[in-house]
Amino acid sequence: MPALRPRLGSSPLLRHLLVALVGGAVALAVLTAVDDFRAGQLAAMAYLGIAAAGLTVLTGLNGQLSLGHGAFMAIGAYTAALFLGDVEPAAPLAVVLLAATAVASLVGLVVGLAAARLHGPYLAGATLALAVAVPGLAIYFGDTLGGEQGLSVRVPEPPAWFADLLFFLTAVDPSRGRFVAYLSWFVLIVVLVLLANLSQSRVGRTWRAVRDHEVAAELAGISLTRARVVAFVVSAATAGLAGALMAMVVRLTAPSGFTLTLSLTLLTAVVLGGLGSLAGALIGAALLTFLPQVVTGIGSDLGLDDVQSAELAPLVYGVVMILVILLAPAGLVGTLQGWRLRRRAAAGPAAPAVPATARPSDPTRPSDPTRPSDPTHPTHPTHPTDKAGRA
Amino acid sequence: MTTPSPLPSAAPAARGGPAAGAPAGGAAGTAELFALRDVTVTFGGLTALDGVGLSVAPGQVLGVIGPNGAGKTTLFNVACGLVRPDGGALAWQGREVRRLRPHDLAGMGIGRTLQGLGLFDRMTVLDNVVVGADRHARAGFLSGLLALPRSSREERALRERAMAVLDELGVAAHAHRYPPSLPYAVRKQVALARALVAEPELLLLDEPASGLSDEEMAALGDRIRALSDRMAVMLVEHHMDLVMSVCDQVVVLDFGRVIARGTPAEVRDEPAVLAAYLGAED
Repeated sequence: MPALRPRLGSSPLLRHLLVALVGGAVALAVLTAVDDFRAGQLAAMAYLGIAAAGLTVLTGLNGQLSLGHGAFMAIGAYTAALFLGDVEPAAPLAVVLLAATAVASLVGLVVGLAAARLHGPYLAGATLALAVAVPGLAIYFGDTLGGEQGLSVRVPEPPAWFADLLFFLTAVDPSRGRFVAYLSWFVLIVVLVLLANLSQSRVGRTWRAVRDHEVAAELAGISLTRARVVAFVVSAATAGLAGALMAMVVRLTAPSGFTLTLSLTLLTAVVLGGLGSLAGALIGAALLTFLPQVVTGIGSDLGLDDVQSAELAPLVYGVVMILVILLAPAGLVGTLQGWRLRRRAAAGPAAPAVPATARPSDPTRPSDPTRPSDPTHPTHPTHPTDKAGRA
Repeated sequence: MTTPSPLPSAAPAARGGPAAGAPAGGAAGTAELFALRDVTVTFGGLTALDGVGLSVAPGQVLGVIGPNGAGKTTLFNVACGLVRPDGGALAWQGREVRRLRPHDLAGMGIGRTLQGLGLFDRMTVLDNVVVGADRHARAGFLSGLLALPRSSREERALRERAMAVLDELGVAAHAHRYPPSLPYAVRKQVALARALVAEPELLLLDEPASGLSDEEMAALGDRIRALSDRMAVMLVEHHMDLVMSVCDQVVVLDFGRVIARGTPAEVRDEPAVLAAYLGAED
């Protein structure tokens, strides 16, 4: 493994594509094998995974907390719904997805410019307001956006090449519902590859530097505002894309689908999996998709009635979340990495030490990844003690 | 000569007059790389810098000393654009810098180390130094997103450049470790490497000797002398021995004013300096 690293490491694209290919093959096989219900669940996991991956980049790599990413999903979903409503002919799929991404990016740019000036609890508050306000717009503009009832979404026609490719690979002509599941996983894998590329590029390094030490990053020539806004736009674009897929999977876009709970769910997925880890985001999304059903099943096995066992799921969420924060604050992936690195460090003195992300001894990180030590800083950019440490 | 300032201040213009100003640097006749002219900074009612002027010539090592609270760090923060002066001007290579933003500094060719090191704790030592080389990076967003060969090639080149600097400073063995797991002296070298990898023309060192042992300090002195072949160095430092042994010119601050300037030998014998350091009345 250590011997392979430098060789494979020299081409991140190759490594990411290799993982994507294997992941894609597994996803294809699984989606073809399972029944329609499971395919629907897997599709839900895919769009949650996309949104969580975008959020983990923002929160984990750049240190900006967002409690409002559900709003960007809503923006993507409504954009897709407007394209896939009663209008004839329905727009091509790629156009729908790109439009949802673009609209969410634009809103992300505006919000990101504001967010770049806010830290910690202020940023959390601002994004929280976004999560609450955006679904309200759908009710205010009820004529266009369908009010409480929402907009129904037609599942789009798969492009011919995509249908052909699926038939070639699986020897099955997919139903419309199944097609959306394939599509969601395809998009998920593309998004993960792109985000992994970004994270290992100059852009990702810039984000991490800004997260870890603002002044030092600035002195290295990095514009804080630019780095933050770019991270926010990337994250919003990803959430918008996830929203568009959600609209197609659920076949309905309504305010009730984008409550504050959705935003918090995304954050939960990110924290469970491990902040800043794309694999962690995917694992978190899987947990959030499948855990409720498992827990509800256990509840009925234990002799609880339907309502009681259904309410067991949020309870278990809460407990799992608290346990993770207490016992494995780096999340699942971060904790595993920490173990591995510590084992390697014990084996050889030249091995890398445990990264700070994987230390269970730092309880501030997952709950508040935006540096809480200087919440006043952005409002006084010229104050000396804030900026350069000891004056 | 008063630049508009966002900072509230009691009397921003009153102090910036030529009468209060000190002459700009002692190195008259030589080329001037960087200069502060007549800089005044007030925080509320407190005057941190009062008409301070100094200049650094290429290849020169300039020391800024003074008792605690004399305004040394404020001076550095003005030089970096972290603090906007209420009055006075900055000049880089003979041209006045109107609005200096901290992230413009590296591109101009000014590097700085921070007093608290300011390392990126959740990035490897190597990545820390590569960030310092950002001035030499050209890859844009799209080439990063698509991991174009251009981007990967540049990343490799930056890593090599960073490794070379780590090697030069004798800490290359720690390249893949994380700063919190390293001894203070090593972290200090990493912070220096991060500033050096940008290949600045002027290096600002904020208390480079703090927390170092005597041997480490001696090595630092040699290092600074060696660096002055490649760049000008301006340092703020408490340790008089270090300042006296490495600096070509010394500026002494007290209560925000320049009370003496000259070669280390000249400054040492200045009565005002002795008074400031020993607390005597003048």
